[in-house]
Amino acid sequence: MGLSKYSVTQLQSKLEQQQITSREIVESYLQKIEQSNNNAFITVTADLALQMADESDQRRKEGRLLSSWDGIPIAIKDNISTDGIKTTAASKMLADYIPPYDATVVSKIKAAGLPIIGKTNMDEFGMGSSNETSAFGRTLNPVDPTRVPGGSSGGSAAAVAGSEVPWSIGSDTGGSIRQPAAFCGVVGLKPTYGRVSRYGLFAYAPSLDHIGPITKDVQSAAALLQIIAGSDYYDATVAKQPVPDYTQALQVDVTNLKLGLAKEYFAGLNSEIKSAIMQAINVLASAGAEVTEISLPMADYVNDCCLLLSCAEASSSLARFDGVRYGLRVTGTDSVEMFKNTRAAGFGPEVKRRILLGTHLLSAANYQKYYAQAQKVRTLIIQDFAKAFAKVDVIVAPTTPTTAFEFGSKIDPQEMYKSDFYTMAANLTGIPAISLPCGTDTQNLPIGIQLMGKHFSEETLLRTAYTLQELNSKQVKNND
Amino acid sequence: MTKYETIIGLEVHVELATKSKIFCGCTTEFGGDPNTHCCPICLGLPGSLPVVNQQAIEYAIKAGLALNCSIANYSKFDRKNYFYPDLTKAYQISQYDQPLCLAGHMDYELDGQTYSVRINRIHVEEEAGKSVHSGDNILGSEFSQMDYNRAGIPLIEIVTEPDIRMPAQAKAFLEQLKANLEYIKVSDCKMEQGSLRCDANISLRPVGSTEFGTKVEIKNLNSFRAIERALEYEEQRQAEVYDQGGTIYQETRTWDEKLGVTVTMRTKEEADDYRYFPEPDLPPLIVEQSWIDEIKATLPELPLARKNRFIEQYKLSDYEASLLTATQELADFFEAAYQSFPNAKELSNWLTGEFARLLNASNLTIPEIPVQPGDLAELLSIVKDGKISGNQGREVLGMMFDSGKKPAQIIKEQGFEQISDTKELEGVIDQILSTYPDEVKRYQAGEDRLLGFFVGQVMKETKGKANPGLVNQIIRNKLLADQ
Repeated sequence: MGLSKYSVTQLQSKLEQQQITSREIVESYLQKIEQSNNNAFITVTADLALQMADESDQRRKEGRLLSSWDGIPIAIKDNISTDGIKTTAASKMLADYIPPYDATVVSKIKAAGLPIIGKTNMDEFGMGSSNETSAFGRTLNPVDPTRVPGGSSGGSAAAVAGSEVPWSIGSDTGGSIRQPAAFCGVVGLKPTYGRVSRYGLFAYAPSLDHIGPITKDVQSAAALLQIIAGSDYYDATVAKQPVPDYTQALQVDVTNLKLGLAKEYFAGLNSEIKSAIMQAINVLASAGAEVTEISLPMADYVNDCCLLLSCAEASSSLARFDGVRYGLRVTGTDSVEMFKNTRAAGFGPEVKRRILLGTHLLSAANYQKYYAQAQKVRTLIIQDFAKAFAKVDVIVAPTTPTTAFEFGSKIDPQEMYKSDFYTMAANLTGIPAISLPCGTDTQNLPIGIQLMGKHFSEETLLRTAYTLQELNSKQVKNND
Repeated sequence: MTKYETIIGLEVHVELATKSKIFCGCTTEFGGDPNTHCCPICLGLPGSLPVVNQQAIEYAIKAGLALNCSIANYSKFDRKNYFYPDLTKAYQISQYDQPLCLAGHMDYELDGQTYSVRINRIHVEEEAGKSVHSGDNILGSEFSQMDYNRAGIPLIEIVTEPDIRMPAQAKAFLEQLKANLEYIKVSDCKMEQGSLRCDANISLRPVGSTEFGTKVEIKNLNSFRAIERALEYEEQRQAEVYDQGGTIYQETRTWDEKLGVTVTMRTKEEADDYRYFPEPDLPPLIVEQSWIDEIKATLPELPLARKNRFIEQYKLSDYEASLLTATQELADFFEAAYQSFPNAKELSNWLTGEFARLLNASNLTIPEIPVQPGDLAELLSIVKDGKISGNQGREVLGMMFDSGKKPAQIIKEQGFEQISDTKELEGVIDQILSTYPDEVKRYQAGEDRLLGFFVGQVMKETKGKANPGLVNQIIRNKLLADQ
């Protein structure tokens, strides 16, 4: 059963023509997962997926499909709450935690009839760029198993790239959807802040956290965004504006589209990545897009600003893991000792590092110096982008400064953080950004190109990305 | 105490009487089996998010307006971070530097004097859960259990300026505050259920000094009486320290109700760093002026103002006016009944007498009883016209409470209508007097108290319907005339 080679669109049409059933699809992927050594999943929910597939097949027979994607299985990052399914955030702290409620995106996925095939591996609580901080072992990059899949949504990206699932859900606080998508050669979309409800996403840094799709192609990114986007009573930060029909945006058309190239992003950039990006820009330009040079003078402050704010928020967001109500408990002679013992045993070193840093930054003596200052810098970065978007529709940038690196090659946390150099700005500003494959380097490792747009301009991003994807594949076909 | 001036400021926590919690839909009902009024949000489960209950904000604004605060059109929530088992997220969502209500004041009376206390701020926050210890207190306990039913109930914290000058004033201020908040129905203010709690800051300074002394915060004050006692104790303690040339250190002390003393809980050095920062899960709280105006329009006249108006307008005593304005419902009832029965004194007597007794016995509130203000006014007019006696009136009122029937109908059904027809009464009286010739003689011989006997016999004969005043008069006239 080689069904796993098909795209979501192909699976969709085969289901429609009743050539296959949802059960067959799910069985095929389960087999793929079984055979894989990539450790992309923390939990595989085979029984649930099969049951949901059977229900979907039944609905199809009765002609009462829940959506046009009914029956196509999906994987969900393990920091998103799933009712009755263990959700660990890849932490020892939550190794046995079974939530009693579904995240809003999970409810929407269920409402669309998508069988949930499992929960994907990740960096612990989203803190990492390589999947090396997972308490349940690292995920291997399907392109090259000696290399990291990226992070923190490394499991979600690797599962899609390795055809263990047609599509998946990731989360992105500083690049955690886009960087692994780039490393694994798939599409990753971080929507506008507020486009997708965060309810049920285990908070890392709430002002920066996003949920989004990781898919094989731009079409399915649009489809999955369609499924998960929209207002939600349970998230006060979600946008109330209506969700457009993203499939309408899937057109090869960039006529008069204004692309911006930030000079700060190209100075000192790895030459292979640079030439891949420039080639893509040429493709878009010859299809009618206008290319303008822009400047983002605050670019060098983005990394520190994002890291500082994310650690500060994390120190508070992760404080609830105290051993009192759920998750790991290591007892002590009194409650304070229990808190200390539990947190010492439950969190890994990277999580501890960020909590310590964040706690330090928020302390009364440091607040003005660091947190308040970082908020001002954030405002300047937002202004940078607002100025740029007054001139252009889409900012084109690399997704990552390098292609997938080898396991253990970035021991220095500072080096690791730099992996998100190009992605963090979209988290600080809340603008949408998509990463899609754009060739490979000499080691045959995927290179990702990142498109960033104005708030709620997902349609423009999808159209640009789709155009690039289609023109590139035509070119590849021509070269063949 | 003449050497020092006492400076007191209060921090009052009040649970708002909303139906659901501040950030989720769980009930705020008091009690319930432990952890049955909970959901992923108030339990702070990973991934859950807060959404502000508009009613809590409305109540907080109402409280702010009642305390003459200005309401901020823009305020925000912040996280107050600290570890404690009763705090499900290990941070409390509160308001730090931009609270909802600012710069108000509240008047209160003590011993016939009116005082004003400035309100520094009122901010909105969430309640924590409750620890249930296996022993008497946390130190003597083998284990503690947590009940999060209370977690997430909306709270306001009212912070006063240091305008209170003696412990008795603190108590009087709190009593007035409680009355005001009950009046506007934003809280039931039950100290015993913890829906009103108070911490006090107290310092002393030499009389005439304009600088404040070092303040001490007192916690664990579980009744108004405890607040007064603790402040009295602390006033005395600080005075003694100063008298002996000692120093007061900034610290938090806890009131020990049994021993009647305050003891050090933590010193300034041990104070928590709460690492406040803006709550990223909630957008800023934007309050439109039109909404504030709407709420303002619903604000009733507050008890103190109303009491003073009652004294002025209805010529009632301070005491009567206090009783009548104790709740908004009673005061409203009084004013509505007064429209048809404009005798304030009589109406007040009935409302604070038989009416209050019946209400109390019924375990109902005024809106729940079937008696309407117009019904009471009608009844009192009937009594005043002498159609029934006062005693009968009280009986009728009881039946009105029970049945909801109108007084006229009850009087008719019960045959309570008094006989005020002189001729009819004379007939009965003549008959009684002729039945008891001996008693007549004794009365005429000066045994005055027999008058009551004759009246009683007439009442018996008329089944209580005779107008007693008239009967008295007729009998006296007849017996005197016979002499």
